Amino acid sequence: MSLYQLSKLLYHLNRDDSLKARFKVDRAGALEGYDLTAEERSAVLDSDIGLLYVLGINGQILMHFAAFCGVEWSDYLQRMRDGVKRHGPVRAGIYAMTTSPDEKVVE
Amino acid sequence: MSLVFVGVCSHAPGITGRDERAPSDLRDGLYAAFGDLRQRLHAARPDALIVVAAEHFANFFMDNMPAYAMGMAETYSGPIEDPDWLRISRRVVRGAPDLSRRLVTEILETVDIAYAEEWRFDHGIMVPLHFLDPDNALRIIPANINCQGPPLTPLSRVWAFGEALRRAADAVPERIALVCTGGISHWPATPDSGRINEVWDREFLARWTRNDRAGLLGYTDAETYAKAGQGGFEIRTFIAAAAAARGTGTVHYYQPIPIFAVGCTVATMEIV
Repeated sequence: MSLYQLSKLLYHLNRDDSLKARFKVDRAGALEGYDLTAEERSAVLDSDIGLLYVLGINGQILMHFAAFCGVEWSDYLQRMRDGVKRHGPVRAGIYAMTTSPDEKVVE
Repeated sequence: MSLVFVGVCSHAPGITGRDERAPSDLRDGLYAAFGDLRQRLHAARPDALIVVAAEHFANFFMDNMPAYAMGMAETYSGPIEDPDWLRISRRVVRGAPDLSRRLVTEILETVDIAYAEEWRFDHGIMVPLHFLDPDNALRIIPANINCQGPPLTPLSRVWAFGEALRRAADAVPERIALVCTGGISHWPATPDSGRINEVWDREFLARWTRNDRAGLLGYTDAETYAKAGQGGFEIRTFIAAAAAARGTGTVHYYQPIPIFAVGCTVATMEIV
């Protein structure tokens, strides 16, 4: 479990244009220097928003990574619901879901 | 000279970034309330505006997280987010470094505030500035209370921070305006985005408007998290405003707008 490292990668990615540019052409290379588990690594490489959410990434970091990946707002919310369905409840952090995966607060 | 203006407002990114998805009457009412707040703010003729925000990992991260921070830079830039996502153009904002230094020095007498000579504004400051300073005319001093990465500063210390802000503002010759920005109950950026506990919000605002110190400091983070979500931790900014103003408040606008993910709020507080 290296949620801190995973969070730090996405934090850097959100604020560093050079890292964004590198991520676009060389995703694996952009992950160098971050001590990630295989699951965390695959979640980033696959832009798996649902898994990143379940792993405990703070939503204030995750929503910008989702936008960077071209995921529209309603789709972002749905991918988190789908992530909980597939992978189970959020494992860490303060952004756990309080509704059921099939419940939509807003469309 | 003194503190000349105290206001509070919401800053949710959806307010600008998803504006077309809100019911138009609610959106227009909120925008009008922001316009009214802008007029009140500028009528106070501030030399500088302190914006107390609850930033979202734009500058501060868990590698070195300050409970309190204040900007001390010549200029700031924002938004750090994609301008197309937030629908706010990038701008360079003028700071007031000498004034910042004097404010920080005075605040340090009672609160161990961090200072930062670099600061990129996220939606937490840019959404308010979009409405309150559309011409980019004001000198801005950002301040931050960590409301995102627990452990969080206790509410009693937030009150002390608000008192320190007041003391520092009163000690300088400039006219200082203060806008504190945060949400009340909300579950932003989660699948529950749009959930709003209006009853909880109205009770909080009732305590805030009567500047009920004991009532405001009576919340526990466990209770806030359960009833108001992780976004509710941002009540810290409103509480700091109450401690600085010392007067009673007036809520000019409050409406839950789910697509904006928060009970949208615009309020001012009398300075006594």
